[in-house]
Amino acid sequence: MSPVLEVQDLHKAFGGIKAVNGVSFSVREGEILGIIGPNGCGKSTLFNCILGQLEPTEGSVKLDGRDVTRMRPSDLNRLGVSRTFQLLQVFPELSVRENLILAGQEHQGSMLGRLFGARDAGLSDKAEQMIGFFKLGHLAEAKAGGLSYGQQKLLDAAMAFMAGPRLVLLDEPAGGVNLTMLGDLKERLRAINAEQGATFVVIEHNMDFVMSLCSRVIVLAEGKVLAEGTPAEVRADPAVIEAYLGH
Amino acid sequence: MSAPALESTAAATRSAARRIDGALITLLIGAAILWFAPTGMGRYGTYVLSLWLVMSIGVMGLNLTLGYAGQSSLAQAGFMGLGAYTTAILTTKWGVSWYAAFGLSGLLTFFVGILLGFPALRVRTHYLAFVTLAFSTLVWLLLRNEQWLTGGAFGIPNIDRPQFFGIKLFGALEFHRFVVAVTLVLSLVLWWLVRSPWGRAFTALRENPVRAASLGVDTRAYTLLAFAIGSAYGGFSGSLFAPLVEFIDPSPFTLSQSLFLLLMVVAGGSGYFFGPFVGALLGVVLPEWLRFAGSLYLIIFATIVLALLIICPQGVSGLIERCWAALGRRFGRKAGGTP
Repeated sequence: MSPVLEVQDLHKAFGGIKAVNGVSFSVREGEILGIIGPNGCGKSTLFNCILGQLEPTEGSVKLDGRDVTRMRPSDLNRLGVSRTFQLLQVFPELSVRENLILAGQEHQGSMLGRLFGARDAGLSDKAEQMIGFFKLGHLAEAKAGGLSYGQQKLLDAAMAFMAGPRLVLLDEPAGGVNLTMLGDLKERLRAINAEQGATFVVIEHNMDFVMSLCSRVIVLAEGKVLAEGTPAEVRADPAVIEAYLGH
Repeated sequence: MSAPALESTAAATRSAARRIDGALITLLIGAAILWFAPTGMGRYGTYVLSLWLVMSIGVMGLNLTLGYAGQSSLAQAGFMGLGAYTTAILTTKWGVSWYAAFGLSGLLTFFVGILLGFPALRVRTHYLAFVTLAFSTLVWLLLRNEQWLTGGAFGIPNIDRPQFFGIKLFGALEFHRFVVAVTLVLSLVLWWLVRSPWGRAFTALRENPVRAASLGVDTRAYTLLAFAIGSAYGGFSGSLFAPLVEFIDPSPFTLSQSLFLLLMVVAGGSGYFFGPFVGALLGVVLPEWLRFAGSLYLIIFATIVLALLIICPQGVSGLIERCWAALGRRFGRKAGGTP
């Protein structure tokens, strides 16, 4: 069986700077893969190249064996690939419920059908479910811009799951989230992975979060793969300790 | 009644209240008032009211493009010009009925709007504004220089007003009521549009196009649609403007008029459904009220608009929303006794 995601020899250069320099890896169905590495090692650039936000200089990206290199982000999303961003990306003027409906509506029927169809695109129940699942119940009608940082992070993550994606790329989901909410987030991600079989790729600096959530970890340094293995193997790797984790 | 029964009744009431939309009720009541409003106002007063509504349609279109979808445009007067001239040429030279000319004006400006939307896929904000500014100038030059088609600076006279099922709409009051009806229909269409998933996608495009694309929103299609629909409203507005004034020349469709329409969007409240009506009221009716000031009226008008934008950058609609929220909090405190 072909992997869900297969990245082969991906390169991205900004002028003379090689942000991503020949990265290859694959992600199996139902896996939670972690990507770690020091700041500026190319993690977010790698995500942006995979997801069509940036055009890779070289290399290929395959989804279920199909070449999706340079595909537009909206088309990739409709193929079941979802993401969150490093910096918060909710729609501040829309309510929590509207943010969630928006996150799923483009997967409901045709564009013209959506214009003449229901205002909620038939997603109110699903949004309600996600609001409950991510413990945002009391905030359903609040504008997203008025939520605390941690609550917006939860909403951001909830939005990534509205369309029932099979592959989700999470860019620093734990950044700036307090310990209680971090536990909630980890628990929610695990539940979605177990119940829906969704596959995750997670970029994160919080080592406890990565090591306890991911089944496999890739370490990037200077745009290249430095190490790959289980959390325990990576933690014990001298090169990783030297470049990133420290003694 | 038991507590669960009470709760379910309350939930049903809340759900019914959600279904009855305040904007829709306001639109219907507003149309009913405007239907009878010109009584005793005379021909000129009625004309100003009609002009206000015609301008509101053009501003509604720009509000969709700019206010809802966040795409800068300085071309709306150009689209009004295209609509007005298409209607004038078709009805006076080719004998086409106004209704067909109205539809064709909308269609033409819709497709030209799509073309103008393409630069928006490459450039944004003030760069995009410059592209649309060039388009506005181009349309004006076309209207002024292509005399064989547009009559050049002499314009097109004797534009007939339409008939409605055999009823002649030549009088100011009859035509005003026709304008009220057309404005109501176009407002209802826009009301439907901005409440639909398309409206939500337009807002997403304005607030964060990168995130919107990552959620499957086809930002290219929605950008082009925002321009196309907004431009079509400009065309519809022009198509009503031509029979309202019965004579058109290029002067009402200059770049400065595009800027004035932009001012109406901003002063009325960009991204608010009723913003265009308020903005056009400021732009069309306020100068009429200030006529008593003689030559000083433009200075007073500019001062009022400046003061308004300093006090409330979100326009009059934003100010009303803030006051409404403050009243709601005050009322809530009194009623519920909680802050």
